[in-house]
Amino acid sequence: MNRSFYDETHTVFGEHKSKILQWIFSVDHKRIALLYSGVMFTLFFFAVGAALTMRAELFFPGQQLIEAQTYNQTFTFHGVTMIFLFVVPGIAAALGNFMLPLMLGARDLSFPRLNLLSWWLYIIGVITALSSLMTAHGFADTGWTFYAPYSLKTETSVIFTLSAAFILGLSSILTGINFVVTIHRLRAPGMDFFKMPLFVWGLYSTAWIQVLATPVVGITLLLVILERTLGIGIFDPTKGGDPILFEHLFWIYSHPAVYLMILPGFGIVSEVLPVFSRRTIFGYRSIALSSASIAGIGYLVWGHHMFTSGISDLARIIFSFLTFLVAIPTGVKIFDWIATLYKGSIILATPMLWILGSIINFTIGGLTGVVLGALGTDIHLHDTYFVVAHFHYTILGGVIFMFIGGLHYWYPKITGKLYDEVRGRIAFILMFVGFNMLWFPMFIAGFLGNPRRYFDYLPTFSIYHQIAGIGAVLVASGLLFVLYNFYKGVKEGKKAGANPWNGTTLEWHIPSPPPLENFSKIPYVDFDPYEYEKGEAVVKFDENFRRIH
Amino acid sequence: MENELAYDVQGKGHPVSDYKDDYNGEKFGFWIFLFTEGMMFGALFLIFAIYFYRNMEVFASASSELNIWLGGINTVILLVSTYTMGVASIMMRQGKTKLSAILVGITLLMAVIFLAIKASEWSVDITQGIYPGSEILLKKDKGEILFFGLYFVMTGLHGLHIIGGIALMTWVLLLIRSGGIREDHTIVMKNVTLYWDFVHLIWIVLFPLFYMIGV
Ligand code: HEM
Ligand SMILES: [Cu+2]
Repeated sequence: MNRSFYDETHTVFGEHKSKILQWIFSVDHKRIALLYSGVMFTLFFFAVGAALTMRAELFFPGQQLIEAQTYNQTFTFHGVTMIFLFVVPGIAAALGNFMLPLMLGARDLSFPRLNLLSWWLYIIGVITALSSLMTAHGFADTGWTFYAPYSLKTETSVIFTLSAAFILGLSSILTGINFVVTIHRLRAPGMDFFKMPLFVWGLYSTAWIQVLATPVVGITLLLVILERTLGIGIFDPTKGGDPILFEHLFWIYSHPAVYLMILPGFGIVSEVLPVFSRRTIFGYRSIALSSASIAGIGYLVWGHHMFTSGISDLARIIFSFLTFLVAIPTGVKIFDWIATLYKGSIILATPMLWILGSIINFTIGGLTGVVLGALGTDIHLHDTYFVVAHFHYTILGGVIFMFIGGLHYWYPKITGKLYDEVRGRIAFILMFVGFNMLWFPMFIAGFLGNPRRYFDYLPTFSIYHQIAGIGAVLVASGLLFVLYNFYKGVKEGKKAGANPWNGTTLEWHIPSPPPLENFSKIPYVDFDPYEYEKGEAVVKFDENFRRIH
Repeated sequence: MENELAYDVQGKGHPVSDYKDDYNGEKFGFWIFLFTEGMMFGALFLIFAIYFYRNMEVFASASSELNIWLGGINTVILLVSTYTMGVASIMMRQGKTKLSAILVGITLLMAVIFLAIKASEWSVDITQGIYPGSEILLKKDKGEILFFGLYFVMTGLHGLHIIGGIALMTWVLLLIRSGGIREDHTIVMKNVTLYWDFVHLIWIVLFPLFYMIGV
């Protein structure tokens, strides 16, 4: 029996007897990926708990469960946790960390110790954020956007949250650097940029956003911290500062950040579709380059968050126009994916279901995004539930669905076992139906004028909130079912073997779970990532990683 | 595992690059790190530009309150120190370890002098009651509050980078002693030199922004 990375590992310093130390000091990218996943999903479930609390409060108009102020802190906790602690590290830190070296034919990332440092910084950030739940003034109540001047004035412990976001930003930057260098330096011989799997392209674009956008928000949050501690005055109107400037700087990062969340997800879609249609991906180059151009144009559109905050008409028109431009590369991808499915032999296995579901959800989320990018309609819809529905469609319905799809897809590689297909499908259906019940009514409520960030609403909106409430319960049970299925799979699943899905990319050519340092011999890669002929993978290797076909 | 090869279908071997001791990778990674730093300072320069545009006159008169001589001396010190650091790095590659270490030591000394001068400037300001949030400053024009707010933030952040540089150069000296940096293994030194150039470059922009607009 082969020894896998679960049996042996490298650590930063020395040998450790204790299993725990072997994990938290391991520099193996696969172990670090699992560490990230464990902590991230724990936090995800906390944030879902907060969401359910809000949904329960919103089930009837008027106040039942929690007070207005507590509601404000709850949606801030929910937003901050989901965004900064969960989805920003997200797919890249969890699946990306695990898969990147495997897909490139490398033995680790370029800087394994830096990778571990990123994780530790992440943990410090998490602790900083959570500790303010215990302080006297409680968790911040500013919303996840920390808009000045309110964030300068609120009594709550906003400094903790800001510092946490700052530290997490640092962690994210270091991961970005690591990924960019790895992709440039450690591709297997022969693999040029256009022979890389598309998930790698997604990670690559993401990594550049992490590196170039995160420092802007980092310094901005630092300025708010300095304002609160020393009274610097940059964003405080009573001292000559300009709060609108805060919004600009915040969104200069936070808009690109939404692409940082979705691009690895798009990458997963592009991996799963060819494998479960047994067909080469359609338009490889256009998918790869659209990732890069989304990352590029994404820098120039931040103003669409500020159509109602006092920017000039000219600026508003330009930002609106640029926002439409981003829709083009995104549309290109969606067409490519549909063309890949066309005449493929589609296998509706669980990962495929999640991915197809995510494409449907994301299309709705993306198109409503165009509605919001249009100047006229946004003035009406800004700060209503329409916006909240839009971004939940893109993030929860898009990113998280893709993430879960990716987890199912690579589950056999990571654990070496198979999960139960039937349970997997039931969980998907629960979640897909629940999700659409949860967020579709909110488009209507928002369109009719229900504002966001309130614990209460007019009784006419009850029906929408009640459907959403039921949807939320379905979503939560779907999530728990996924978890249960994964747990059962590890306990009693069948052995997966190296390549249960008939995949073509390099990770499917090594044992599951992979050994320490992944590849005994490095393959030579002079072929495209997704080659199928009559439903069979074309490329085959012998045990020494020499091509036999 | 020197010169590992990957074989193609014809049986021809192609060299594999490994993550261990990848000189180019480490250099490239550090460059990207400096991009990040550049974006961070860049955001501050942007903020400065906007407020300067809105308060030109006040900024100019506030600027003339700073001591241009001390700022100027510091500029020269940093300039010379990047030179000594650069030469140190070249000497190391030529195998002149001793000389290289001495030059790093000189650079380090200059960094400390820079900090001392900077600290004396700050303390003069502070004793005159000019610091963020002080009663005296808050009574002044809003442009002035912003000017000094930015002054303390930006030179402070730059000062932190100087302190970082001092730590790094100390580390370099230790590595030279232990043989961690040697003629054929200079990547750490190369990157620290790069870092020091960057810190100097930031100052070159900061100096005219804060000291010279009032002249
Ligand atoms: C699991 C199901 C989820 C439910 C039931 C849910 C529910 C909610 C609710 C009720 C709000 C508050 C709306 C308001 O009062 O304005 C909200 C806000 C928000 N949610 Fe979710 N959410 C879920 C998942 C997610 C995910 C996965 C993310 C991102 C990764 C996310 C990100 C956000 C953000 C950023 C806000 C805005 C917070 C703010 O206004 O500052 N949510 N969500
Ligand atoms: Cu945006």
